[in-house]
Amino acid sequence: MVSSVPIKTEPMIVNIGPQHPSTHGVFRMRVTLDGERIINAEMVVGYLHRSMEKLAEERTWTQNIPFTDRMDYLAAMTGNLSYCHAVERLAGVEVPERAQYLRVIFAELQRIASHAMANGTFVNDCGAWQTPLLYMFREREKILDLFEMTCGARLTLNYMRIGGVAFDLPDEFMPQLRTLLDELPARMDEYDDLLIDNEILLMRSRDIGILSPELAMNASVSGPMLRGSGIAWDLRKADPYGVYDRMEFDIPVGYNGDCFDRFMVRMAEVRQSVRIIEQAVEQLPPGPYCADVPLNLRPPAGEVYSRIESPKGELGFYLVSDGGPTPFRFHVRSPSLMNLSALKEMVVGQTVSDAIVTLGSIDINVGEVDR
Amino acid sequence: MALLARWYDVRDLGNAVAGLMDALRDAGASEGLLYVVAGLLGALGILGFVGFTSVINIWVERRLIGRIQVRKGPNRAGPWGLLQPIADAIKLIQKEALTPKLADSAVFTLAPIVIFVPAILAFAVLPWGEGMVLADLNVGVLYILALGSTSAIMVFMAGYASNNKYALMGSMRVIAMLISYEIPTVLALLGVVAFAGTMSLSGIVAFQETHWSWLIFFQPLAFLIFLFGASAELNRSPADIAEAESEIIAGYHIEYSGMKFGLFYAVELVNVMAVSAIIATLFLGGWWTFGLNEFVPGWMLFIGKVYAVYFIFIWFRGTLPRFRIDQLMAFAWKFLLPLSLVNVLLVAVEVFIWTEYEISAGIVLPIFAVVNFVLAGVLIAGWARVMTRNYERFPRRARLVSEIDVPLPAQSGSAARAEA
Repeated sequence: MVSSVPIKTEPMIVNIGPQHPSTHGVFRMRVTLDGERIINAEMVVGYLHRSMEKLAEERTWTQNIPFTDRMDYLAAMTGNLSYCHAVERLAGVEVPERAQYLRVIFAELQRIASHAMANGTFVNDCGAWQTPLLYMFREREKILDLFEMTCGARLTLNYMRIGGVAFDLPDEFMPQLRTLLDELPARMDEYDDLLIDNEILLMRSRDIGILSPELAMNASVSGPMLRGSGIAWDLRKADPYGVYDRMEFDIPVGYNGDCFDRFMVRMAEVRQSVRIIEQAVEQLPPGPYCADVPLNLRPPAGEVYSRIESPKGELGFYLVSDGGPTPFRFHVRSPSLMNLSALKEMVVGQTVSDAIVTLGSIDINVGEVDR
Repeated sequence: MALLARWYDVRDLGNAVAGLMDALRDAGASEGLLYVVAGLLGALGILGFVGFTSVINIWVERRLIGRIQVRKGPNRAGPWGLLQPIADAIKLIQKEALTPKLADSAVFTLAPIVIFVPAILAFAVLPWGEGMVLADLNVGVLYILALGSTSAIMVFMAGYASNNKYALMGSMRVIAMLISYEIPTVLALLGVVAFAGTMSLSGIVAFQETHWSWLIFFQPLAFLIFLFGASAELNRSPADIAEAESEIIAGYHIEYSGMKFGLFYAVELVNVMAVSAIIATLFLGGWWTFGLNEFVPGWMLFIGKVYAVYFIFIWFRGTLPRFRIDQLMAFAWKFLLPLSLVNVLLVAVEVFIWTEYEISAGIVLPIFAVVNFVLAGVLIAGWARVMTRNYERFPRRARLVSEIDVPLPAQSGSAARAEA
C-alpha cells in the first residue's frame, strides 16, 4: 500500500543584494522563494542615499551642478543638462545657439555610452562571461576619451553650466568624433549579429519580465522601458527642449514589453543617437558657448519642473526658488527609481535567473535611485 | 644514427620505463616490486602532468579569454604574464581559509579535497601513446562514466555543508543537471562503443588506427552530444548554472576562501583537461594521427589534441550566455536525448549491416560517414527549428516610429498623465 507522507516545505527568503554582482550597485531585492520560483519580492533601496536633495539647499545654484554628476554617474551629461535646463527656465536665461548644439552632441554621446553599458551588463546578467560588456566598453571608452579632451573628466563631467557649457570644443575633437561616427554603425551591425541573433540570449530574455503597456503607463515608467512596451513616447519629440525640434530621428519601439524588447530598443537607440549627432555636427554654428550668467545667480521667486529624456527615461528637476542664492527646494524625479516601481509585478512568478535578467533590462543606476 | 636512436627513446616515454624495468629485473627484483614501481612511476607522471597543466591552464584560459574580449589578459607577472598562476597560488595560500560558524566543518573541509579524486583518476585509463597507458581497463568507458557521475556528490557536499542559501541552490541545480546530462552522454558514448566494438580506450584508439579514420567522422552526432553534455557536466558556460556568477554568485563554493577555493578552481581546470582528453581519445584518435605519429611522439600529438578540445571549451566560455535551469533540462531531455537515441539506433543498424553481410570496411565505412554526417545535420537543424519556433512570434529588430504615439487606455487618469 502506498501511503503519501506530505513533505514539509517552507519558502526560503533570500536577500539578493545589496552586495551582489548583478544588482548594479547596492540595490537589494528581498525575495521569497519556493524552490527557484519567486513568490514574493520586496525592493529595498537607500543603501546609497547621500541626501543630495537636502545638501543642494545649502549650496548656490551653480555649486549644485556637480551633484547631478553623481546621481546617474553613467550619464552625467544628461544629469547636468536637465538641471541646467531647469535653472535656465527658472531664471529666464537665454542659451546661445552653439551651446545648444554642443549640449545635444554631448547628451547623445552620453546616451550611446550609457546604452553601451546597459546592454553590456544586461548580456552579462544573462550569463555571458564579460565578453559583450568589454566589447561595449570599447565604444564607451572612445566616448569617454572625447569627454576627457573637452572637459578633463571622464565620469563625473561637470561640463554643462547655467547658460551654456563650460568649455568650447578643442581642435582635435572633431576628427576623433568623425572617426567614431564612421565606425559606430558598422560596430552596431556586428553587435546585432552577435547578440540579437543569439538563440540563447533570445531564450533567456524573450517573454521574460513582460511589462504591459497599461502597467507601464500606470507605474509612470519612462525611457527605453516604456518604449520596449510598445509606446512611442520620447520627450525629445513629445516636449522638445534645446534644439531637438530641429533634429530628425525615429523612436524605436518594442512589441511585447519583455526584456529582449528593452534590449533591442536600446540597441536601436544608439543608431538614432548617431543620426542626431551627425545632424548636430552639420548644423553646429560658431559663436559664444556660454551666456553671461552671474556666478551668484538669484533666480526670481517661483517654481519650475523641467524634464529631459535621459538614457534611462524622464529625468526631471523640480526647483523652487525664494529669490535667494540657493534653491529652496531641489527635487529630482529620477527615472531609475520610477522604473524600479514596476519590478515587483515583473518578477513575481519568475525564477531567480529571470529576475536577475529582468533587473538588468531595467538598467537602474543606484546612484540615481537613492540620490 | 645515435641521434635517431635517442629521438626514438623520447618518442615513447614507455621505453624509458621499460629500460628501468629491465635494469631492475637484472638486479634481481621480484615481479611484484616491478609492478609497484611501474605503477608508481605512471601515477607520478600523471600527477605531474595534471599538476603542471592545472597551473599553466589558468594562464592559458585567462590569456585566451582576454584575447576573445579584445584585451590583453594577464601580462604583468613574468614574461607574457606566465608567472601569474604562481602569484595567484601564493595569494590564495596566504589567505585565511574561513569556515562559516554554522557550517558542517568536517564535510566542508573534506569536499574540496575529495573532489580532486575522480578528476585525477580519469587519467589512469587514457592511452597517452602506443602502449603508454597506466591501467588498460577493458571497461574503460564505463569506468570514466562512473567517475563522472560521482562528482555530483562532492559538489553537493560543498553546497550543503556551507549552510548558505545560494550554495544550496547551486548544489540543487548541479544535482538536477548532472543526473539529466548523464543520460545523453552515456547514450552518445554507447554509440561509440557499439561502433568500435570495445569498451577499452586503447581498443577504441586501435579501432581508429585499423580503419585509418577518427571516430568523429563516423559519429558526428555523438561527438556533438558528448561535447555539450560534457560542458554541462563540467559546469562551464553555457551551462554554468551551478556557479552562475551573475545569479547565485558562485553557487556551491560561495563560502570557500583561500586555498579551499583554489582547489575548486583548480579541479575545474583538471576536469576540463580530463574531458578534453576523453574526447580526444574517443573521437579524435587519441595519439594516432594518420601516420604522423611515426614521426612525432604520440603523447605530444595527444596533448595537442587535448588542448585543441580545451580551446573549444574556452571559446564557449568566452562567447555564450547561460541557459536557465529549466531550459538546460529541456535541452537535455527534449533535444539531446532524442538525438542520442536516434544515434544509437543508427549505429545499431549500421553495425548490424556491417557484420551480418560481412562487407569490407573500406566500402562500408565511407558510406556510413556520409550518411551519419547528413543525418546529423538534418536532425540538428530540424529539431532545433521545432524547439525554437516560439521565439519567432516577434521580429528581432525594433520598430521605428517617427511620431509619438501613445495608445490611450480606458482610465482617464493615466490618459491625462500621458498627454500632460
